Amino acid sequence: MIEINNISKWYGSFQVLSDCTTSVKKGEVVVVCGPSGSGKSTLIKCVNALEPFQKGDIIVDGISVTDPKTNLSKLRARIGMVFQNFELFPHMRITDNLTLAQIKVLGRSREEAAARGLKMLERVGLKEQAHKFPGQLSGGQQQRVAIARALAMDPIAMLFDEPTSALDPEMINEVLDVMVELAKEGMTMMCVTHEMGFARKVAHRVIFMDQGRIVEDDTKDEFFGKPRSERAQQFLSKILHH
Amino acid sequence: MIGDLDFEVIGRSLPYLLRGLQYTVQLTVVAALGGTFFGTLLAMARLSSFRPVSLTAAGYVNLMRSVPLLLVIFWFYFLAPVIVQSVMGWERPPQIGAERSAYITFIMFEAAYFCEIMRAGIQSISKGQVGAAFALGLNYWQAMKLVILPQAFRNMLPVLLTQTIVLFQDVSLVSLLNVTDFVGASVKIAQRDSRVVEMYAFVAVVYFILCYSLSTLVKQLQRRIAIIH
Ligand SMILES: Nc1ncnc2c1ncn2[C@@H]1O[C@H](COP(=O)(O)OP(=O)(O)O)[C@@H](O)[C@H]1O
Ligand SMILES: [Mg+2]
Repeated sequence: MIEINNISKWYGSFQVLSDCTTSVKKGEVVVVCGPSGSGKSTLIKCVNALEPFQKGDIIVDGISVTDPKTNLSKLRARIGMVFQNFELFPHMRITDNLTLAQIKVLGRSREEAAARGLKMLERVGLKEQAHKFPGQLSGGQQQRVAIARALAMDPIAMLFDEPTSALDPEMINEVLDVMVELAKEGMTMMCVTHEMGFARKVAHRVIFMDQGRIVEDDTKDEFFGKPRSERAQQFLSKILHH
Repeated sequence: MIGDLDFEVIGRSLPYLLRGLQYTVQLTVVAALGGTFFGTLLAMARLSSFRPVSLTAAGYVNLMRSVPLLLVIFWFYFLAPVIVQSVMGWERPPQIGAERSAYITFIMFEAAYFCEIMRAGIQSISKGQVGAAFALGLNYWQAMKLVILPQAFRNMLPVLLTQTIVLFQDVSLVSLLNVTDFVGASVKIAQRDSRVVEMYAFVAVVYFILCYSLSTLVKQLQRRIAIIH
């Protein structure tokens, strides 16, 4: 479903990503972890071409993101993305947040979009909040709305960039629960997260990044059994002790 | 001389003065709306990553902002028609007329100022918002129109209105083109009836009342926006 082939990216002379290669199969859940600044966000943003890269290629569902003939808007519309800071549109009600792209990008009618949006909102348990503005919701609720907004587009895969790291501890689980359920339903997911409980529960594979490189790309059992690299071992022991 | 004031002159010429005020308000509103529209386009151009576009926009804005308004008014009124004539090879310069010339001048001049306000507004929106808009499949124009500009506009509304109050005062300069705006009308009455003191006092009071109440309104608006944030 997602094939990342030897991509490298530079900011000026600083290399953020060095020759990264991996893939995510249909229905697979891949967790990406690693120290801050290791390039996790950059890598995941390359998948839907939010970040350009200079070398290599990424193929999503058979379509190359570097091909100039690729319609990037269309491609992005098929990949859901959830951000660390939610990024709901604060000037719009929840309903409009949910329907905007359905109407403008997918060309759905207002009624169809509203029905689909409401269904997704119900799924994340927030149907009563439909007429509020994002600022009136808690962080955990906002992030669940953001997930619903992405799901309303009927994505073929979902990307998560540290979806719980801006949340108060008591709100983390309500978001993880939604993600676990999504994973169990067979959604293809690439998640940057340090929630190792989540990884143990639903991940098929774990990728460990350090200094722009994919240092470790293991099945879940291999990774939690005994990661081969020393950096990954150190990292794991650090976050598991917290 | 002061002992011999006659404020009756105001009442006698009120319809004429009100027509002048109406023109002033019209020109202000049109220039503010047009200036906001073109200023927003200019701001987007200035923020473009395509250098020829951003440099052209920056050049225009900096030029307008470094030339005195009065000079720009004269430029558009006296020189622009002659330039258009020679460029188009026409026999006579186009007859635009002072009133229409004033509309064009003020829209183009204010666009430079509104551009800088909208540019700050656009830059006040986090990159994450842009990313979220793109990630949903919106293109550049949709992201701008539906996500970025509404927020930028809302954040900048007090500043835009403050600039409009300045504009409202600046509009009085068109009286130098012999246009009958509020000031122009008052000057004409003052000279015709030799009631300079009365008329100039009246104009000052009206400007003060209008501008002061508008800026009080802006302050209230600012407080409301601060609470929402
Ligand atoms: N726009 C940018 N310009 C320059 N350097 C950047 C930019 N964005 C990110 N970086 C750098 O790239 C590196 C990787 O960033 P990021 O992908 O956000 O890491 P992570 O998500 O793993 O914390 C960091 O060192 C960061 O400072
Ligand atoms: Mg990150």
